[in-house]
Amino acid sequence: MPSRKFVLTFPRSLVGEPIIYRLVKDHDLVVNILRASVSPDEAGHLVLEITGTEPRIQAGLEYLDRVGVGWQPLSKDVTWREDLCTHCTACVSACPTGALTVERPSMRVRFDEEKCIACELCLPVCSYKAVELHF
Amino acid sequence: MPKTIREINEKIRKGQVVVVDAEEIIDIVAERGPERAAREVDVVTTGTFGPMCSSGAFLNTGHTKPRSKFTRVTLNGVTAYAGLAAVDIYIGATELPVDDPENRIFPGRFRYGGGHVIEDLVAGKDIELHATAYGTDCYPLKEVHSWINLKTLNQAVLTNPRNAYQNYNVAVNRDSKRVLYTYMGVLQPNLGNANYCSAGQLSPLLNDPFYKTIGIGTRIFLGGGIGYVWWQGTQHAPAVKRAENGVPLVPAGTLAVCGDLKQMDRAWLRGASLVGYGVSLAVGVGIPIPILDVDIVKHCAVSDADLLAPVVDYSTDYPQCIPGNLGWVTYRELKSGKINIKGKEVPTAGLSSYAKAKEIATILKEWIRKGQFFLTEPVAPIPGPESGQTFNPFPMRPVT
Repeated sequence: MPSRKFVLTFPRSLVGEPIIYRLVKDHDLVVNILRASVSPDEAGHLVLEITGTEPRIQAGLEYLDRVGVGWQPLSKDVTWREDLCTHCTACVSACPTGALTVERPSMRVRFDEEKCIACELCLPVCSYKAVELHF
Repeated sequence: MPKTIREINEKIRKGQVVVVDAEEIIDIVAERGPERAAREVDVVTTGTFGPMCSSGAFLNTGHTKPRSKFTRVTLNGVTAYAGLAAVDIYIGATELPVDDPENRIFPGRFRYGGGHVIEDLVAGKDIELHATAYGTDCYPLKEVHSWINLKTLNQAVLTNPRNAYQNYNVAVNRDSKRVLYTYMGVLQPNLGNANYCSAGQLSPLLNDPFYKTIGIGTRIFLGGGIGYVWWQGTQHAPAVKRAENGVPLVPAGTLAVCGDLKQMDRAWLRGASLVGYGVSLAVGVGIPIPILDVDIVKHCAVSDADLLAPVVDYSTDYPQCIPGNLGWVTYRELKSGKINIKGKEVPTAGLSSYAKAKEIATILKEWIRKGQFFLTEPVAPIPGPESGQTFNPFPMRPVT
């Protein structure tokens, strides 16, 4: 079954709603919360890995649209700026999922956005601000 | 039959020079043997690209009308040193904005500083200069607030009192239970990671361990333009323990380099923000090594597998100046992504970019092949191991 990663943005008014429960219960999706930042009275962000058949994922996303939860693929929210990267490789040992790796023997850094979970561990390690997070 | 630099330059002029980089020479020497390699190869190019704090630039802005003798200067809010002549200033790579929070909210982010000012200058961006002065009869203007740009400066000279460190420590956190923020990057507790900072087999002084060809006056690639070695670098310490191949087992030689900032390119001069530590400047340096004899080519044939770096604890030993290390590892091991320290497998990461070092060595190779870059005879050597010169601690004499 396909698995995709999304960043969900909750407006303040929806912070109290059991959105994830509905995704699981009504749309039969397997959700894995990779990152959450939800505080009362503030907009919330959730990084979610959703597994399910494609029609069910689509139905889940339509539900999010209906209730007013913003969503977009995680890959759009994390960018690796190759033009800023110096390929020093400092980020590689900090990355827990292998999204940032080194090609050998060229020792060039590669970024696989599919593997990124937006944990942000690479951000303080990069001296050249080559990884950008947009949420 | 040994070659001379004059003969090599003649070959460059005729388009007959044979140039390879310090990675390619390894296999050439292995396949053809050092004697044949010394006959057939004329120049080996090296390169390095890493953060080097001891960097900065001298700038001359030209005179304002009326004239001013700058006393205090900031560039994009970053303090520049004005204690030179009226409109000469020095912007140091590690200098911070006047109102930077530094490490008051730990770890500080250090998003902008002198290194970034230099990068922005080279990128052609306008820089905001704010100067104050006490005013004199000959220099009456007491305040200047103006944009400046690299193209209208009279001189802009990148000047690095220390660069191209010959070998360096591998940094680890042995004792602290928290994450450490150092000039060697972020170090996780319990030997959680190891950071190294050298181009290894491509690094200039690891290919000329006894400074036989690199000396004062050597023409080099610097920041994308042409520069020169002007002195031994600060902390130059040639009299250290060396391996059988002559390569130092600890940080040893350094070079002071300079060059025209106007020729340089942002790709090779990058401001660096080291979280919890400060700001630095990554500088691209490439140095050609003329293959004058067999000994020189043998040294150039050194590979990552033959180069050893000391593993140093940055939780206690380094900050407290406790000598010793946790053993040595090869650059081949470091580049593999993991090393073994006292039985523990530790992931490694670099701070110096091997990929960029290779690009620099390749660019320099092309410059030489195309007849755009000629080699120089050093006008004087830098001190070698026979000098007995070491890097000594501060002999503190507290003032009571």
